[in-house]
Amino acid sequence: MNINLTLIGQSITFAVFVWFCMKFVWPPIMQALEERKQKIADGLAAAERGVKDQELAQAKAVETLQEAKEQARTIITQAERRHAEIVEQAKDDAKEEAARIVAAAHAEVEQEASRVREELRGKVVDLALVASSKILEREVSVEDHNAMLEKLSASL
Amino acid sequence: MADDSLTQAEYIRHHLTNMTFGQHPDGSWGLAHSSAEAAQMGFMAIHVDTMFWSVLLGAVFLFFFHRAARSMSADTPSGLQNFVEWIVEFIDTSVRGSFTAKNDMVAPMALTLFVWILLMNLMDLVPVDWIPHFTGWMASLLFDADPHHVYMKVVPTTDPNATFGLSLAVFALVIFYSIRMKGPAGFAAELTMHPFEANNVVLKIIFLPINLFLEGVSLLAKPVSLALRLFGNLYAGEMIFILIALMYGGNFILALFGGVLQWAWAVFHVLIVLLQAFIFMTLTIVYLDMAHSHH
Repeated sequence: MNINLTLIGQSITFAVFVWFCMKFVWPPIMQALEERKQKIADGLAAAERGVKDQELAQAKAVETLQEAKEQARTIITQAERRHAEIVEQAKDDAKEEAARIVAAAHAEVEQEASRVREELRGKVVDLALVASSKILEREVSVEDHNAMLEKLSASL
Repeated sequence: MADDSLTQAEYIRHHLTNMTFGQHPDGSWGLAHSSAEAAQMGFMAIHVDTMFWSVLLGAVFLFFFHRAARSMSADTPSGLQNFVEWIVEFIDTSVRGSFTAKNDMVAPMALTLFVWILLMNLMDLVPVDWIPHFTGWMASLLFDADPHHVYMKVVPTTDPNATFGLSLAVFALVIFYSIRMKGPAGFAAELTMHPFEANNVVLKIIFLPINLFLEGVSLLAKPVSLALRLFGNLYAGEMIFILIALMYGGNFILALFGGVLQWAWAVFHVLIVLLQAFIFMTLTIVYLDMAHSHH
């Protein structure tokens, strides 16, 4: 337990060890630890970014879906309106057509009626002529009685 | 195991004597053959065992840490790297916690102190007779020496030379950084203007010697307490191991009891070994922090 040169020897040894540690041991280890810390931080940041991106994408998807729905609704509304229009138009057309047909039929009936009336009128004249000649027992001459016949035909 | 040819007192003394190389009274150089001879050699002698074990253990520490540092990668660490990282991060946290200034030397020094002292302390757990007996046996085989006069103290930290060597180096750093950070005047002021402060010149001059005495004592107490704490703890631990080892010289029951005791003390001693290494490191950091900081 004597104090001797060992004291100085120990101090020198210590100094050399500290120098070596400071030069070749500590810096590379700390550097690697720093690097890893950076790596982990980067990884975490990337993960966070990914989550955010995913959220954004989801929001975008929802938006797109909404838009599509809106569009579909518009299209359906348009189609419905168009459909109603077409039906309305068809109805109008049909009504018009029906009216036209009815009018044509009316005209035809009218025509037929006047033709029949004309015919009847002629027939009645003939009949009257025959009847009157029977009554008179002689032929009624058309030339002689034209005026009278005309008067008769007009009164029918 | 106490040798039959040794008395208990001789056995203990044998274990507490360093292998000392120095000059004999007759002028020749060589190893001391007894503790009295070692004491006669005075300051110009060296403890071969202390130097050998401390350098060997320091080299082991630096070898493994350097190997880990060289193959260091930022990816998943494994094995040695994991272990080294664990210690380095522990030291780094300690240094960041108590050292506020910026100095790239403090953390590596704390690491060196902690691991080196820990390894030196751990030598205490090697059964006390193994290495001394082996050395004595080798010496008698190779140099035909008497094993009873071949000394081998395995735990460097039970040699005050080792602990004072460390603490004086730390002390030198404390003085160096005190002067460097505060200037000679600032350092002198720190030693003379506290703890009694005064605004008037006369009082300042009156307080000066008192302050110098108080601050001087507290300054000098740092290396002394640092070294003696480590030395005292380890020396006491070693002493108890030696005393327990004496029991192996008794009968079977005593020897068995000694075995149990040795185991129990070793388990408890692991705590001391770790704690003392940690305390030495922490106090060094704190002292250096005080040297860097201004009042």
